[in-house]
Amino acid sequence: MDGLQQFFDAYQTTIGFIGLNAMLALSVWLTLYTGQLTLGNAAFAGIAAYGSALLTMKAGYPFPLALACGALLAAAVSLPLGATVFRLRGVYLAIATLAFGEVVRVAILAIPITGRGQGLVGIPPKTELWHIFASLLVIAYVCARLRISTVGRAWAAIREDELAAASQGIPVRRYKLAAFVLGALIAGWAGGLGAHFDFAIQPDEFGFARAVQILVFAVVGGIPNVFGPILGALLFTALPAVLQPLQEYRDIFQGVILVLVIVYLPRGLATLLELRRTARLRTVGAEDVA
Amino acid sequence: MLLETSGLTKRFGGVVAVNAIDLAIAEGQVFGLIGPNGAGKTTLINLISGHLRADGGAIRFADADVTRLRPDQLARRGIARTFQSIRLFKGLTVLENVLVGRYVRSRSDALASLVPFRDAARPERERARLLLERVGLGKRAGAFAGELAYGDQRRLEIARALAAEPRLLILDEPAAGMNPTESAALREMLRELAAEGITIVLIEHDVRLVMGACERVAVLNFGRKIAEGPPAEIQADPAVREAYLGVADDA
Repeated sequence: MDGLQQFFDAYQTTIGFIGLNAMLALSVWLTLYTGQLTLGNAAFAGIAAYGSALLTMKAGYPFPLALACGALLAAAVSLPLGATVFRLRGVYLAIATLAFGEVVRVAILAIPITGRGQGLVGIPPKTELWHIFASLLVIAYVCARLRISTVGRAWAAIREDELAAASQGIPVRRYKLAAFVLGALIAGWAGGLGAHFDFAIQPDEFGFARAVQILVFAVVGGIPNVFGPILGALLFTALPAVLQPLQEYRDIFQGVILVLVIVYLPRGLATLLELRRTARLRTVGAEDVA
Repeated sequence: MLLETSGLTKRFGGVVAVNAIDLAIAEGQVFGLIGPNGAGKTTLINLISGHLRADGGAIRFADADVTRLRPDQLARRGIARTFQSIRLFKGLTVLENVLVGRYVRSRSDALASLVPFRDAARPERERARLLLERVGLGKRAGAFAGELAYGDQRRLEIARALAAEPRLLILDEPAAGMNPTESAALREMLRELAAEGITIVLIEHDVRLVMGACERVAVLNFGRKIAEGPPAEIQADPAVREAYLGVADDA
């Protein structure tokens, strides 16, 4: 048991980040499953991270309340944003949400109370590992059950053919918005937990690179089910630690894995045991997501 | 009248694709819409199903003005359709396609589905299976929609539309790509549906299908309605012959 304890102590931060990243990957999974490429989730995490940290530090809010407020703040921002950007599709939607992320980053840099470029330091470390993994469990469960409900079917229909989905009576814009706002809520919850896990947060942690990283977790892990994003987050968070001995070759190794998965497992790592299904979907022309 | 259009007009640039069309379709009727390629048939039903916005005129459905409604709102009111270029959810299974078709008839089970181990969609799946049996796709329920043969895809689209239990069913060239046997089976199915009281608008090039299944037929050419009446009358109409054969019937 001592060995296990030592392992936990040594890798506590990495283990925590696996859980946090898995939640962020699930937050973007919701919109990806609906067939919409959005890149705003890092910014939503940032809004909630700063919001909740300021509430515990400056306003003396109890930790759970601060977390909830942070997540709700992110969701509240996502609602008018989603109502606007879902006029767009494809790369235009991706760019619009990316631009929003930059606006958030620059806004954080401009507002004095956030500590600007130096970041916010001395956040009370209230987040325990079990907070992270209990949250992940609940979020993954909700996503998995939603996927097989009428809502999940509507999301899948929108992804497959928006026009035909509307013809079945599905209010397409409302469903896209629901996926987006729910994603923002989850990203916000993860952002708040992350801020109280790490003592300090900086604006750059929620920028472009982070947005892309979250997308990579979800896509490489796989969109067809909720295990994909979790698996992707696990792999790409643990890998840097595992590959520590390789030193400067580490990034190359990681890049190679990414390319191999995208080319040979277009539906993601989580579909490793569904190769026949992938082949069938490929003949149909729907191999990338379904 | 279940469906009425008055002065319905749609322009694309300088082209008037649908020009002041008046239609009146009674409840329970099987109504045929024919005309040469480019006559404006598909544009007309895209207007009726809400996929296009009219530039002029009005559409009334079940005694309400529906001219400005979106496709999903019209679907909720009981208009279901198929597409000339088949638009199935290719990466979903045959059964899932029909389940999505039941959207307007099934209550949201998003919250119920959170209860562990509960299979909220089970009654809906049973209904969907019955519908698939009816169109002869019962054995293919687990296949991806995109894997079906062409004629089967057409049948699945009809099953998906029927899943909504519509009051008005619009079929855009349902027999295209079907062999004579399949086409005959389709004709039989249309007759059954009509007997059940579903109002049907049928766009079709297969003259035998139109003449055999429809009680009333309207003919479009260059966006205008050039004739309307019972099938036998339409077949004898000189304006219709001219539109199809391109010669004046002055012999």
